[in-house]
Amino acid sequence: MLIRRELITRVVRLLIENRLEEGINRIPIEMRPRKNGSVRCCVHKDRAVIKYKLMALLGYNISDEVDELTPLSDYARMANQRTELTDTVLTVVDEACSSCRKTSYQVTNMCRGCVARPCMVNCPKDSIKFVDGQASIDHTTCVNCGQCLKVCPFHAIVYMPVPCEEACPVGAISKSDDGVESIDITKCINCGKCMTACPFGAVMEKSHLVEIFRNKREGRKLVAMVAPAIAGQFSADMGKILHSFKELGFDYVYEVAEGADITTKVEAAELQERLESGAPFMTTSCCPAYTQLVDKHIEQLKPYVSHTHTPMYYAAQVARHNHPNDVLVFVSPCPAKRWESFHDPNVDYTLSFEEYGAWMVAAGIDVNALRSTEIERYPSGEGRGFGASGGVTQAVKALAPSTLKITDIQINGIDKAAIRQLKSFPKSCPGNFVEVMTCEGGCIGGCNVISNPKVALRQLKQAVEAAPSIVNQEV
Amino acid sequence: MDDKKIEVLVCSGTLCYLMGGSELQLLSECLPPDLRGMVDVKGSPCLDFCNHPKNGRPPFATINGRCIAQASVSLLIAEIRKEIKG
Ligand code: SF4
Ligand code: SF4
Ligand code: FES
Repeated sequence: MLIRRELITRVVRLLIENRLEEGINRIPIEMRPRKNGSVRCCVHKDRAVIKYKLMALLGYNISDEVDELTPLSDYARMANQRTELTDTVLTVVDEACSSCRKTSYQVTNMCRGCVARPCMVNCPKDSIKFVDGQASIDHTTCVNCGQCLKVCPFHAIVYMPVPCEEACPVGAISKSDDGVESIDITKCINCGKCMTACPFGAVMEKSHLVEIFRNKREGRKLVAMVAPAIAGQFSADMGKILHSFKELGFDYVYEVAEGADITTKVEAAELQERLESGAPFMTTSCCPAYTQLVDKHIEQLKPYVSHTHTPMYYAAQVARHNHPNDVLVFVSPCPAKRWESFHDPNVDYTLSFEEYGAWMVAAGIDVNALRSTEIERYPSGEGRGFGASGGVTQAVKALAPSTLKITDIQINGIDKAAIRQLKSFPKSCPGNFVEVMTCEGGCIGGCNVISNPKVALRQLKQAVEAAPSIVNQEV
Repeated sequence: MDDKKIEVLVCSGTLCYLMGGSELQLLSECLPPDLRGMVDVKGSPCLDFCNHPKNGRPPFATINGRCIAQASVSLLIAEIRKEIKG
C-alpha cells in the first residue's frame, strides 16, 4: 500500500510539472537504486514490478502489453492520446504476483509421526503417506478439505491460503496455469478486497490521473464530486477538505452527500410504497459492489433491491445540469465506485481517495494548514452519514412516515457468510429494510481510504453534526 | 522517574496521514494500563520532519521532542518504555 502511494505521488508530481513522458522511466531506478539492495531476488525484478505498477497508474491493463521492451514513456505518450476508457477497473501485476503457492495444507516439521496417525486415517482421499517417519501430503490428489489439520494433536499441519483468493467473497480471482492470479470479470464485483489482501500489492486499480491532468491542461474546467466518506480521511474539517480541491486546481466542488439527500427521499418513498403493497422487505442499492453481487451471484434477490439511484448518480445529475461542458470527477473510496462512474451517464472520471491524498502531497499542500472555506450548500447530516455503515438506515428512517414500521437489518461487510445470509432472505428475512455495505464499517472502510476507519468514523460524526438534519431540509 | 508526563506528539500532516499516520491518533486508547496516566498524547500539524530526508520516512511522531520515523502504535509504545527507562 505504501509503495503504491509513493508511486502515485511520484506520477502526480510529474503530471503537475508536465514531465510525465520525460520522467517516468526513471521512477523504478530512483525507487530501487542499485546500492540499496533489493526487496525481491534482485534489483531488476524490483524495478520490473514497479514498472508494471506504473503501467496500471497510467491506466493500462498489464495484459495490454504486447512488447516487453515498450518503455513507460511510450505508454505515457499513448495514455495522453487515449480517448476511450473501459470498465475493467483492476489489473493483476503478474510480475509482482506468482509468489504465493496454490492454496494448500502443508505438514510442518512439528509432525511427530505418531502411531495413531489420525491425519492418514481421516483423509478421505488417501492423500497422506509417511516418508521418513513424517506425514507428507500428495497435492495431486488432496482436495483441501482440511480434515488432517483438524485432527492432528500436535498442530503440525498448517493451512496456507492465497490471500487474495481467501479475501475474494465470490471466487473471482484464481491462479491460471502459469501460477499467476487472474480476475474473472464475469464474477468480479470490484469490491477491491483482493487489492487490500495481497501483501505484494499485485492487484492494482487502473487510474484516470492522466486523463484528469490532460483535461486540465487543455483548459477544461474540473468539477470534483466528493463521496461522503471523505469527511473522515484527513485530520481536517469539511471546509478545509473542500477548499483543498480548489487548491489542487478544481474549479467547483460538490459533496455527493447532496445526492445522498435525494437518494434518501426517493428510497424512503419507495420503501413505503413497497411495504404497503405487501413486499416482505427491500434492500438498499447505493453500494455498487453489492448490486453487482446481486446481478452476478444472487439473482433471486434482485426483485428486492431498491430501484433508487445512488448518491453519485443524483449528485452528478445536478452537477452536469450546472456544468454542461465541464469535466466531472468523482472522488471515490473504492474500485466499485470507479466501475459505477464508468457506467454513469454524467461522470467523466474517478479519482480515488489515495490519489487525492497523493496529489496533495505532490502539490505540497497540507490540508490542515488551509483555511476552512465557507460551505455554500450544506447537505444534510444524514446525507453525510452515508459514508458509514448504518447511515443509510438512519437517513431513510428519518424521512419515512412514523406510521411505517421499519425493522432494519444491516449487512456490515460482505464475505462468504454474509452472502449465504443474503441468499436466504428471499425465503425468510428477519427485517423489512436491509442496508448492505460491502465494506466493513461502510465506505470509510473502502479499499482506497487513507484513514483508519475508527478515526475516520469520529471525524465523519463531527461532519454529520455540523450539518442540518434532513427532516428540516427541503430536498 | 519524576511525575512529569512523557509528551508524545503525533503528526497529522497530510503526508504522514497518507503514509499510514492516522492510526497514531488511536495511541492514547491503545496504551497498556501501566503507561496510562504517564503519557500525554497530542496531535500536531506537520512537524516538518517530512521535508528533510535525513529524518527517515513518515509517519512521524516525537517523544519528549525526539523524532520517531515510520511510527506505528506498537513502535511508539516501545519507544515510550525506552524513554521511561532513560
Ligand atoms: S475485486 Fe472483489 S470480487 Fe473482484 S476479484 Fe477482487 S476480491 Fe474478488
Ligand atoms: S461499501 Fe462503499 S466503499 Fe465499500 S464497495 Fe460499497 S460503495 Fe464502495
Ligand atoms: S506531514 Fe508529518 S512531518 Fe510533515
